[in-house]
Amino acid sequence: MSQQNLESLDVERLREDFPILERELDGKPLVYLDNAATTQTADPVVDAMSDYYRRYNANVHRGIHHLSQEASIAYEEAHDRVAEFVGASGGREEMIFTKNTTESENLVAYAWGMRELGPGDEVVLTEMEHHASLVTWQQIAERTGADCTYIQIDETGRLDMDHARECITDDTAMVSAVHVSNTLGTVNPVSELVDIAHDHDALAFIDGAQAVPNRPVDVEAIDADFYAFSGHKMAGPTGIGCLYGKAHLLEEMEPYLYGGGMIRKVTFEESTWGDVPWKFEPGTPPIAEAVGLHAAVDYLEEIGMDRIRDHEEELAEYAYERLAAEGDIEIYGPEPGPDRSGLVGFNLESVHAHDLASIMNDHAVAIRAGDHCTQPLHDRLGVAASARASFYLYNTREEVDALVDAIDSARQLFA
Amino acid sequence: MGMGSDMYRQQILDHYKNPRNYGELEDPTFTHVGENPMCGDEIRMDVRLEDDEETIEYVAFKGDGCAISQASASMLSSKLQGKTLEELLEMDRDDVVDMLGVDISPMRIKCAVLAEKVAQDGAEIYRGELDKEKTTTEE
Repeated sequence: MSQQNLESLDVERLREDFPILERELDGKPLVYLDNAATTQTADPVVDAMSDYYRRYNANVHRGIHHLSQEASIAYEEAHDRVAEFVGASGGREEMIFTKNTTESENLVAYAWGMRELGPGDEVVLTEMEHHASLVTWQQIAERTGADCTYIQIDETGRLDMDHARECITDDTAMVSAVHVSNTLGTVNPVSELVDIAHDHDALAFIDGAQAVPNRPVDVEAIDADFYAFSGHKMAGPTGIGCLYGKAHLLEEMEPYLYGGGMIRKVTFEESTWGDVPWKFEPGTPPIAEAVGLHAAVDYLEEIGMDRIRDHEEELAEYAYERLAAEGDIEIYGPEPGPDRSGLVGFNLESVHAHDLASIMNDHAVAIRAGDHCTQPLHDRLGVAASARASFYLYNTREEVDALVDAIDSARQLFA
Repeated sequence: MGMGSDMYRQQILDHYKNPRNYGELEDPTFTHVGENPMCGDEIRMDVRLEDDEETIEYVAFKGDGCAISQASASMLSSKLQGKTLEELLEMDRDDVVDMLGVDISPMRIKCAVLAEKVAQDGAEIYRGELDKEKTTTEE
């Protein structure tokens, strides 16, 4: 099915937009397979940011002068564009820029959680949560007297939806779940989770850091109350994250960071807040990064999110098949299919993941090894660390072959 | 050759696959444990001192983790026998790198020095100069 799409995705042409991929390390061509950690930045993104710094760099929302007007318009329009990209019809009134997905999690946890949670309330998470949400809700629960419970994963690495229905009760105030697991690659049935949450009058926060970069996402179709993601995992810049929230929720929420740019009126006694999203974006925001993210969204949409997803799934399936054929490799997460994204977490029997990553580095193959900010999930899997190869629109089957060859050389070394 | 395979010369692999002094002592003078949670490396070191309470008679270790951390613990356990606590406490990162005989990349140095830090912290706790439950080199 995706073979035709793969052919129509002109990877060789796309790679020209990422000059970093031409790098050689010790004379060997770089094979960059750490895209779940951060993707490379597309030239049009770098160009847009460079153009901002070279032509209209100014602070936003406070200058009368021409440059500030240009910068302000670009910054505001970036909100509308990113909102549109994920299907948020409210535009900027539903799209807050933060510094990353983690800050988006913290914003909701503090601004909503600290006020709304109390003893007897439950926050329902999943066993495959990233520390970004797990640690954050754990802390907020501790401070408010609420409890955290965790939806279990089954032996295939999917969420146990029966257990989800047991965990989410009328005491549940918030369900916070990853859309795509950064460790297992599982694509969770988030709209089903959201429906269960809403059946119990709970809100739902979806962490889309591993979903928005590589598949079409429509926050309104999912019906998420909050949805977060990061710029640097989608061919965009570091330093900018996004938080979608339903307009009426954001309207009611108090700010979580205070300062300039987020106020309406300030006296020595008290202050009132500006409109959404500005009341959640105090201080000088990531202006160049917003311009860059706008360009990234344009870039991805022009390629087509369907095609990016198909390309990634194709590579993940190929990598899965090649690794599974090896016999001494344990692969985590579901088998290739529509509920598996373009990353493969694994362990080679005889070699610790860190040793593996070090040896692969010698072959210029960049993978991640460690706990991937999911320590409790690794405990659940019974391993301290895992290796992870993750793909993006510019990766090729030849690079998967290079991955397998590098694994083989580690195997030989440790034999 | 890049740093990767330089790190995995025969000596390291030999100590990883055939660790020396592996196990626990029945009558250790002191025992200390260390863990790098992000790596998952764990090391327990048992040290028995001679009657002078200063000279290291025997060291045993147990552990789990990457080749660098475990080979380092194996080599250190041999190297320390006959040394004094003072000599142990004077060891630094360069001594560990010299002992391993390979270049350790910056991201992996914490693996290499975990065993040394466990032994040193154990000695300081034994002397009453330190109060610590577990050692880590990830900070």
